[in-house]
Amino acid sequence: MSNLQLDQNGQLRHFLSIQGLNRELLTRILDTAESFSTIGAQHVKKVPLLRGKTIVNLFFENSTRTLSTFELAAKRLSADVMNLNVRTSSTQKGESLLDTLRSLEAMHCDMFVVRHSDSGAAYFIARHVPSHVSVINAGDGCHSHPSQAMLDMLTIRRHKGSFPNLRVAIVGDILHSRVARSEIHALATLGTGEIRVIAPRTLLPRNVESLGVHIFHDMRAGLKGVDVVITLRLQRERMEGARLPSEREYFQLYGLTEEKLALARPEAIVMHPGPINRGIEIESAVADGPHSVILEQVSHGIAIRMAVMAMTMQIPVPEAKEAR
Amino acid sequence: MRTTIRGGHLIDPYNKIDGLQDLYLAEGRVVAIGSAPEGFRAEQEIDAQDQIVCPGLIDLQARLREPGQEQKGTIATETLAAAKGGITTLCCPPDTLAIIDTPAVVDLIAHREAQYQRTRILPLGALTQGLQGLQLAEMGILREAGCVGVSNGLMPIANSQVMRQAMEYAATLGITLFLYSRDPWLGIEGCCHEGIVSARLGLAGIPETAETVSLARDLLLIEQTGVQAHFCHLSSARAVRMVREAQTEGLPISADVTAYHLHLTEHDIGEFDSQCHVIPPLRSLRDRDALHEGLRDGTFSAICSDHQPHEFDAKLGAFPITEPGISGLETLLPLSLRLTQDDTLTLAEVIAYLTCQPAQVLGIEGGHLAPGQRADICIFDPHCHWTFKPEEMASQGRNTPFGGWEFQGRVTYTLLEGRVVFAAADETP
Repeated sequence: MSNLQLDQNGQLRHFLSIQGLNRELLTRILDTAESFSTIGAQHVKKVPLLRGKTIVNLFFENSTRTLSTFELAAKRLSADVMNLNVRTSSTQKGESLLDTLRSLEAMHCDMFVVRHSDSGAAYFIARHVPSHVSVINAGDGCHSHPSQAMLDMLTIRRHKGSFPNLRVAIVGDILHSRVARSEIHALATLGTGEIRVIAPRTLLPRNVESLGVHIFHDMRAGLKGVDVVITLRLQRERMEGARLPSEREYFQLYGLTEEKLALARPEAIVMHPGPINRGIEIESAVADGPHSVILEQVSHGIAIRMAVMAMTMQIPVPEAKEAR
Repeated sequence: MRTTIRGGHLIDPYNKIDGLQDLYLAEGRVVAIGSAPEGFRAEQEIDAQDQIVCPGLIDLQARLREPGQEQKGTIATETLAAAKGGITTLCCPPDTLAIIDTPAVVDLIAHREAQYQRTRILPLGALTQGLQGLQLAEMGILREAGCVGVSNGLMPIANSQVMRQAMEYAATLGITLFLYSRDPWLGIEGCCHEGIVSARLGLAGIPETAETVSLARDLLLIEQTGVQAHFCHLSSARAVRMVREAQTEGLPISADVTAYHLHLTEHDIGEFDSQCHVIPPLRSLRDRDALHEGLRDGTFSAICSDHQPHEFDAKLGAFPITEPGISGLETLLPLSLRLTQDDTLTLAEVIAYLTCQPAQVLGIEGGHLAPGQRADICIFDPHCHWTFKPEEMASQGRNTPFGGWEFQGRVTYTLLEGRVVFAAADETP
């Protein structure tokens, strides 16, 4: 099967999923992001790499953080950016996804950054855009959120150097988490020593072990000796079904507290893709504590998104000063 | 019209015929096999040399969409597709719009069938009114109107008491129940098999238990009520095992499998290929192998198309929001013939699964070619290698994952009551 994300030379055409990308390509994304990471601290926070290009942030689902970091990334590359919250516009009037897309294509866009509530939506769009248009997946259903995974990888690499000796635990609603799926693929591709998932069975996909993870239902056992703890947002709407009895019980069993974190390695870092539900999946003392790198993740998000935008548009990027 | 089909390899599993035999037809019936009856003078001769001549195929599950969803298919277009696929009888579930729960809808279908006369259409009547699972439909009246069985289509009957009473009532009348095993809650939001692929793609899964929990309840109720029941399109290894065990215990049940479940698995979804969005979902390799085993040991009685044509837009979108189903009439025979190529079945066994065995499930005349039988006939070239092209389909729905597949074996003629309703030579190249 041909890889929709790559062109015939193996270069990135679209950025839809971590699956299908090899370690070299992921490392190049991280290195490219490194080269962009200082731009935010400069007096003029812009480089002219995408000058004259038009990028449309096509968000069928609400998101403040992801939308703003993609917008900022595009602007720092000097692209023209248009944000479309499609939830409140044409699709409400019955227009199909494809018709929305074609109307936008007629405005001669160069890139779509797509967020959608259905798994596979970004693939569908990538299959239907003209050959000169790139698509970046900003989160589709429960499937994939590759830029979030890569910013997490950048954060981990900055703190831990490399992946093979690491033990990483992902805690929470794995079943509905596109972030978790992408992180698992990214960690595995980068050769992480051990990937653990910690959750009750109701929040784990069946056959999740086929993704190459070790399953823990007991959080204390799962955290023992880990270098990285990634806590996931508990989607409150999941509480209404029969998946969990209460927030109180969830916090007691799976909430990240200082006491539970003490089981991890002393220099362990704590991550969270945000937004945080304090007192449900993580306590404030941990979210704001010395192990937390949550705000760094946000900063890295801009650099990663600049990197994938430049790479999918196949713009040569200056070498990173500290590329690893 | 008197017709001779000359030089063909006649395979009729019901009558244990498997050899070079000429076939003589008159007044829509078979009049002789082997030697012409005295004084027989054919008005038409079909050269079937190097070809297989068999009874016309009988398909237990095909949705024609009419009445109510003519944007997907009509009786005119879908019977043409059936004829092209060698199918001379097909059974349509009651979940049309309007639902087949009154004689008027049965009459409408019969009227259209007579209008086009390409394929015999046998409707299933609704088991409950409006398929709502609450009040029994008028099964007796529907049978009088021409329904060959009753079914609730893909709509599950959640209330076990209603199901028990439906079974008891159907048993009273001696009507066969066609059941689609589907728990109303398990996998309710799902769009693919709950397994390796759903875990990877983040698609909501339909567990195997969505099929087997419902199947288990229905088997127990069948045991209690004694109704004759047929389980449609089973998809999982455990379901095959359960049906096999129930048959061993003597329950009056039969089952079928779709041609596409015999060849595809969850892995064929690839990167969200909506043409592989079907209900029940494509399951694991292990499940597919068990379906093959169910054919080999006779747990299944029939291979069906589960034909569900859709308009182009129905498959255009993100995988979960596309409509499930495959347009399958034209791939029923070629997919089934593949089972001979990988030695799962012999050619005669494949033909039995497509002719006499489904006829027995329906309790109808047909499915074999003894003198006196209706001359419903399929002739196909078993040596023809061809590439399946969706753009050449006769069905209005060209939703198929088999585009580009290489097949061996292609229909050359279909005869309905001795009349040629499809001839490959007449097709525009």
